[in-house]
Amino acid sequence: MTVQRDSMAAAPAQGRTAYAALVREDRVHRTLYTEQRIFDEEMVKVFGGRSWVYLAHESQLPEPNSFRSVRMGLRPVIVTRDRKGDLHAVFNRCSHRAATLCREESGTAKSFQCPYHGWTFRNTGELVGTPWPRGYGESFDKSEHGLHKVARVESYRGFIFGTLNESAPSVVDWLGPAAGWLDYWIDRAPGGEVIVRSAAHRMGYRGNWKLAYDNAGDGYHPAFSHRSLLEMASRMGDSKDMSYFGVSPDEGAMRTYMLGNGHSVIDQRPNYDGPGSFWANQRPQPGRERFEEKIRAEHGADADRLLDLTIGSQINLSIFPNLLVIGNQIQVIEPLGVDRTQLTWNATTVGGVPPEVNTMRMRTQEDFPAFGEPDDQANFEEVQRGLAAPEAEWILMNRGLDVAGWQQVGPDGVVSSAATDELHMRRYYAAWLDMMSEDTAR
Amino acid sequence: MSSRIPPEYADTSSWSYHVDEQFYAELARQSALLREDWPEAGVTEIVEAQSFLAREARLIDVGRFNDWLEQFTDDCLYWVPVTAGAGDPTVEVSHAFDDRRRLTDRVYWLRTGLAFSQIPASRTRRVIGNVETTVDPVTGERLVRSNVVVHEFRAGVTKTYPGWYGHVLRQTDDGWRIRLKQVNLLDSDQIHENLTLVF
Ligand code: FES
Ligand SMILES: [Fe+2]
Repeated sequence: MTVQRDSMAAAPAQGRTAYAALVREDRVHRTLYTEQRIFDEEMVKVFGGRSWVYLAHESQLPEPNSFRSVRMGLRPVIVTRDRKGDLHAVFNRCSHRAATLCREESGTAKSFQCPYHGWTFRNTGELVGTPWPRGYGESFDKSEHGLHKVARVESYRGFIFGTLNESAPSVVDWLGPAAGWLDYWIDRAPGGEVIVRSAAHRMGYRGNWKLAYDNAGDGYHPAFSHRSLLEMASRMGDSKDMSYFGVSPDEGAMRTYMLGNGHSVIDQRPNYDGPGSFWANQRPQPGRERFEEKIRAEHGADADRLLDLTIGSQINLSIFPNLLVIGNQIQVIEPLGVDRTQLTWNATTVGGVPPEVNTMRMRTQEDFPAFGEPDDQANFEEVQRGLAAPEAEWILMNRGLDVAGWQQVGPDGVVSSAATDELHMRRYYAAWLDMMSEDTAR
Repeated sequence: MSSRIPPEYADTSSWSYHVDEQFYAELARQSALLREDWPEAGVTEIVEAQSFLAREARLIDVGRFNDWLEQFTDDCLYWVPVTAGAGDPTVEVSHAFDDRRRLTDRVYWLRTGLAFSQIPASRTRRVIGNVETTVDPVTGERLVRSNVVVHEFRAGVTKTYPGWYGHVLRQTDDGWRIRLKQVNLLDSDQIHENLTLVF
């Protein structure tokens, strides 16, 4: 690891914002979405300095010496497997004069040679060679100039997380009850085998990254924001998937659950009843009729299970700060700037099913990115425009705050509420405030 | 093709029985054919292809989406791949993989007046060039490829989408109809904002 002989990170922060004044019980201040200074601090603390951050899925690093370029906040990072297959993450930043080493998205490499002056590093970060080494004096110690390592890298059943915080809890402890929801999502796949495909919808919007996180746990918006999709779905008569958001979503069995550390989930499954019901309620995708006929003819009693596997999980699981497990996709929030964000929708196939099941899974995973998400992101952009008015200072998150009977504590201690409660925002902002109020960057 | 569709599924704007293994296999064959070297075409063929593309482009650019929809065959595909080189749609997602029903959905969706990503609507204007054409030796259909730049203005922002089209056109009693339109964006696998415009 690079020696920080003159670390500026430990210097006292100048003019620290009193964040507690900007995050209230029922509202947050607009500057959390608009100020470069706050964004810069988030990119250090929320995205890795204090907390775990989702980096990649193990299926994207399929063999020993695989690598994948990702971002941890704004830091360019390479996630690697060493020759034994163990996971590492290093900054994609040469310890000589900072050039990125790896300019490919993914591949296999035992070592990385910097294209600038040719320093070479093992895929675990150690510096192994510098061209014409006699140009360095006796004080030069190669072991001091390895790549900056992400302090801890842990995988939970294929989901790889990293943090720069040596004293962070284990990923399992940090996930808490969210791990059980992730288990449900993973175990839908036979043998738990989920494969992230190389083709992803990389959607960008001109707005702050938190707008995506606010929205992912928001059961209030679908009936309005997704009217175009609901209307399209009723083109041929009966309306389909998500139409239950249109009746009073507060009255149904669908609920939102608070999972700690800013994590939450909306469970839409109570809107369905039994095997085959996900499939029966799906908007029709290309090839649906022939596919269903074939699966029913060839798989008899198992057909409903296979048909349902082509459809999303019916949970919206948000893992703070950057992982959204929705439908059959693994979504990653990638901040690019205070008012610019990439939302990557990684499509997945599963093992242990006939190939046509995965093909239908591709068709269903094209549906929402085409006809749902763009309407959300249009609204995110319009929020960002609205935030340009400095005198209107607050964003509300008070729905459900004082409503009798909404919030309940389950036997496991997990608090749940009606799906339209903005409790998920209040909870994740509490976690955000904790991270942002720590005094040092690491 | 249509002989494989049972009569109750004949209306492909409502049913999709025909998108099966054979459909995907034929798509892979034609997608590869669209990337091969072709013999030089005659002037007449090129002019015919150019004028077909220009007319289709105009229907989109002036927002006549119902008329545009009528340019497609019953067993059509409007395909905007994510993967460079088009990839394998049986295991990869696309930006658009619209059979007749999905394409009808898309036009319907655009016209609901409720799609906030299209309020205000995209204004587009496209330029098409480098037109080449040949005949599919298996089906006799007309293959056309062309370079395209789509300019879009929406919500105060002008964007540019360069790429190339691969068209498979079938001769019908009403003239040429689009059996396949493959839209290969130059940066198809990279970040895009709001891809709800029609390519
Ligand atoms: S910057 Fe990498 S070798 Fe000089
Ligand atoms: Fe939404």
